[in-house]
Amino acid sequence: MKRIVPLWITAIVGLVLIVSNFLPGTRSWGEEATTWFGIIAAVAFVLGGGSLLKVHLKKISDRNTGWGYSMIVLGTFTATLAVGLFKIGVSPNPGYPDVPWSGDVQGQGTPFWWVYEYVFKPLTATMFAMLAFYIASAAFRAFRAKNFEAMLLLGTAFIILLGRTFAGYFLTSWIPIDGPFSGLRLEELSVYIMQVFNTAGNRAIIIGIALGIAGTSLKILMGLDRSYLGGGD
Amino acid sequence: MNLIDRMANLDRRWIFLMMGLAVGIPIIVIGITGKTLPEEPTPLAQAAFDVLDDLDPGSRILMAWDFDPASEGELGPMATSFIRQCAQKGHRMYFIALWPVGAQMIRSSTSRVIGGYYPDLVYGKDWVDLGFKAGNEAVIKTIVTDFAQYFPTDARGTSVDAIPMMEGISSLADFDALVNASAGYPGSKEWVLYAATPLKKPLVIGCTGVQAPQMYPYVPNQVQGLLGAIKGAAEYESIVNKWVRSEQLLDALESGGITEPASSELAARFTANPTEASTWTTEAAAAAMSPESKTKLIEIATAPIPGIFLEAQRRMGPQLVAHLLMIGLIIAGNIVFFATRRRGGSQ
Repeated sequence: MKRIVPLWITAIVGLVLIVSNFLPGTRSWGEEATTWFGIIAAVAFVLGGGSLLKVHLKKISDRNTGWGYSMIVLGTFTATLAVGLFKIGVSPNPGYPDVPWSGDVQGQGTPFWWVYEYVFKPLTATMFAMLAFYIASAAFRAFRAKNFEAMLLLGTAFIILLGRTFAGYFLTSWIPIDGPFSGLRLEELSVYIMQVFNTAGNRAIIIGIALGIAGTSLKILMGLDRSYLGGGD
Repeated sequence: MNLIDRMANLDRRWIFLMMGLAVGIPIIVIGITGKTLPEEPTPLAQAAFDVLDDLDPGSRILMAWDFDPASEGELGPMATSFIRQCAQKGHRMYFIALWPVGAQMIRSSTSRVIGGYYPDLVYGKDWVDLGFKAGNEAVIKTIVTDFAQYFPTDARGTSVDAIPMMEGISSLADFDALVNASAGYPGSKEWVLYAATPLKKPLVIGCTGVQAPQMYPYVPNQVQGLLGAIKGAAEYESIVNKWVRSEQLLDALESGGITEPASSELAARFTANPTEASTWTTEAAAAAMSPESKTKLIEIATAPIPGIFLEAQRRMGPQLVAHLLMIGLIIAGNIVFFATRRRGGSQ
């Protein structure tokens, strides 16, 4: 039962979504299924929170390596959740001064806004910015012209790296922009690589992925692929 | 230990320091001098501008801000310029987000641009913040046919029935164009596949450098304008800045009594060379203008562009030095590699 019901739900909803694309009379069925998806997606946030709690509470309870970090995760998670859910420190909406929870939780100056502005924002921006340092280190240690393919990749990388900055324009601005060799200007060359070589390769990948998705989806709809149900009983 | 050995064993903290300086020094220099590198717009950036420029004022533009603070460095300036072009043109802007923190991105970009430079725009009449909705591409699929199902209220909790600019909006088909600033999934690809292509709506995308190669295959039939990374943002920003300056000059000239086609020609000239405005006002051709109009014209022509509208162009400085450093490191790394290999081969 635990496996058959989800299999049938998947098969029916999947078929409805396919059919609704081809038969105009069944379009509303597809829209209905999409609405259900929206509801499930919203519920998934709650499940995600529950799963986070479960994993980290277990880690703390078992005193696994790094359990201290789990404490920090749980502390910040519950604090942010409480601040947002209970609208702590939020002034009522001026239009409804008698309704205590009528204020905007994300409004400037609220504790939720403060958490976003001074904790979340700098942390995520810092994490992303650190990539520059690791890429530089990788460029020095790993980007080797070991063979012909690697040399092609290196050459392309140089053109793109230069073409996406003022250096590209500066180095090849002597080539007349209206002349027959204007395509050799680095900024033009980088656009050409992106639009022609990259597009050709990416289109092939996209078509391949689409065929793979279609095949996998059919297997799921027919119940041949049940890996999404998870293991165990 | 010779130079090659030293380089082969180089502590990576030195590389981190070099990258830190490569990014930090240009930021400081540009911050002090206020100078930016010139930008030559590519056809893709020009196409992005043209899509929004070709629409009549008052057109309905859906602005989907699907990014977070991690990618704000690249996408924030694009969002700023998109809003500036639409606000200046007089389009109606409808903001939504498929990323949870996209809602904050909407607030931050609208408060900076509309709040700071277009205070005359009325919330609910000229722009509306519809906030974040969970559901990824399912949100797009649903609003293609039923907009109110996902957006019954705006982000402030006001019913869409009470928002004047929501009148006549029943589905995505009622919008004139879609603009998307995207840092990943859900984002550009989903807007192409589930909205712009089936509805045949013009779509302008601003995306991160990592995403851009995946979006090129959709240009130009499914995506009409594509801004890739900070370079695309800088090109678009320079186009919008020039256009806004030109529009303001045109207004000043026409209100001073200079008519078409002379006003357009002069506006273009002063945009390209602002100092010409003060020279021109002393000539006989400007005799029809009042002294106040002349002063206003010179002020507009020579006024510095606010920093908020130069963010992308300013970031091209650190990008230039960082890219040059990367090339230098790759070359140095290969010299070390080949030198070490040759030594190893001879032993």
